[in-house]
Amino acid sequence: MRVIEAKNKSFDVLNDEIYQSGDELKIVECLGQRFIASGSRGKRIVISGVPGNALGAYLAGSEIIVEGNAQDAVGDTMNDGLIVIHGNVGDAVGYAMRGGIILVQGNAGYRVGIHMKEYKEKKPAIVIGGRVGSFLGEYQAGGLIVALGLHKDDKETLGAFPCAGMHGGKLFVRGGLGTVSFPEQTTVKIANPEDLAEIRPLIAKFCETFGYDFAKIIDEPFTLVTPNVANPYKQMYVAN
Amino acid sequence: MQREGQVRIPSGCAISAMISLKGAATTGEAITKSMVPMRDRSNGLGGGFAGYGIYPDFQDFYAFHVFFDDVAAQKECEKYLKEGYEIVKSEPIPIRKIPEITDVPIIWRYFVAPLQSVLSRLQLDEKEFVARTVIKINSQFQGSYVFSSGKNMGAFKAVGFPEDVGRFYRLEEYAGYAWTAHGRYPTNTPGWWGGAHPFGILDYTVVHNGEISSYDANRRFIEMFGYKCSLQTDTEVIAYIADYLLRRQKLTLEETAAVIAAPFWSVVDSLPQKESEQLSYLRKVFPSLLLTGPFSIVLGFDGGLMALNDRLKLRSMVVAEKDDMRYVASEEAAIRIMAPNAEKVYAPAGGEPVIFKVQKGAL
Repeated sequence: MRVIEAKNKSFDVLNDEIYQSGDELKIVECLGQRFIASGSRGKRIVISGVPGNALGAYLAGSEIIVEGNAQDAVGDTMNDGLIVIHGNVGDAVGYAMRGGIILVQGNAGYRVGIHMKEYKEKKPAIVIGGRVGSFLGEYQAGGLIVALGLHKDDKETLGAFPCAGMHGGKLFVRGGLGTVSFPEQTTVKIANPEDLAEIRPLIAKFCETFGYDFAKIIDEPFTLVTPNVANPYKQMYVAN
Repeated sequence: MQREGQVRIPSGCAISAMISLKGAATTGEAITKSMVPMRDRSNGLGGGFAGYGIYPDFQDFYAFHVFFDDVAAQKECEKYLKEGYEIVKSEPIPIRKIPEITDVPIIWRYFVAPLQSVLSRLQLDEKEFVARTVIKINSQFQGSYVFSSGKNMGAFKAVGFPEDVGRFYRLEEYAGYAWTAHGRYPTNTPGWWGGAHPFGILDYTVVHNGEISSYDANRRFIEMFGYKCSLQTDTEVIAYIADYLLRRQKLTLEETAAVIAAPFWSVVDSLPQKESEQLSYLRKVFPSLLLTGPFSIVLGFDGGLMALNDRLKLRSMVVAEKDDMRYVASEEAAIRIMAPNAEKVYAPAGGEPVIFKVQKGAL
């Protein structure tokens, strides 16, 4: 495995090295370099340090493992692959994501999965282990978002205004919802076993990655949120 | 050169801050270096810093940092200053000549005390008199711009990348208990020396990442109280709003945050009655001081810092701690430069003020 020193390198120099290296590599002393491994496929990249914004943007199949926290816009417009964060992430993780999987062990910032979408077999998924900031799944048009609420502080799992503008996809929230309210264009219900079947492999992957007991996690009740009609915002547009 | 308001540049910024709760002094080197990993957030058209506790030998005097276009402007401004102040020290601010910083104006600093005879004749308190002086110079004295005017603190700013600006001003030679920093990526207006952040009046300084879409509504309101927004830059109005609410209206920092980043009415309605009444009172009394649009700001003041995001949190900002130090930055990477082993890294919610004050008696 090739080791790349990121210290004092600009993002373009670092990325050139990544693209020219083999399929297995480790980046050490990473500090704020943006766009790491963007658009790449077929690589497995382990990162120690703090990668910069837009980590794995347009990712086309590579696997990225961050040993600590990541910043904003992880997996921006990601197409395929896997991003694993052994820490917290900033805002807008999975922004406009179109495929692949993002697993975050800790908490996530605002606007998780904003503008996430799906098409035929392309179905992105995000699992957040801890709590998430406000505007979760804003304008979500497809894909799966799962919030597990495994955080240890006493804050609620979801921030304010989840699913604002949601018109596709699914949100699963494990455990109690607290005081949060959902928009009237969504349906909120307790997930039944058929609903949960869809996310069981995903949660199994999360548990395997971060070392959690699958049985314990799946045992809690999950809430499922979906848009309630095919075109919930029809009244906001002029019919012509 | 075309200045603010004469040209529009379609569009990011970077902010960073540190404070010792024990009041321990740190040189300006760490805050300067913290801006390096965020270089891509700026475009070289403005960088600046504010240091608190940096002038202990002159702590009883207002430190005016001034840009002059030419010697004539300086002479005229000094003549005016002498009418109201005793100038105990007048000197160029030490700089380091580096190729990255060009078109340097005359950069001067004055340690001044308002004349008691003038204060009693005008029946003004000291701070009000100083604030009026600064506003008058900045709006009426062509070619003179007071960009820092508090006691035992100072702002340093220029056109350039922040890490170069820090070297230019030799910030490693200053030590303070708190520092803020800004890297500019001007949106809408060109970069010039006066337009770089921090913006300040008295000991209040603001560094800001974002764009205040309510700027003109805020400006029209605040100008009714004697302030003049002479730079047509949105951040300037935030500094005056802070001065107006904190010094003149005597609001607390929390109340000030509840005015400029007021919670939504739906949130106000959902809170317990007392809290709800207080928040709705503040929104009704100061509706024109709500800042809309994206922002993350750090407000510096005598003895502390306040970090605040807009209520929708449209800009990133993280906070961390290590021992008695507290850190704020646009990106965690910046904090890791100042404190590689920083703990409790977290992102405050939109509209949630994070206030750090030096412990009582430490300064």
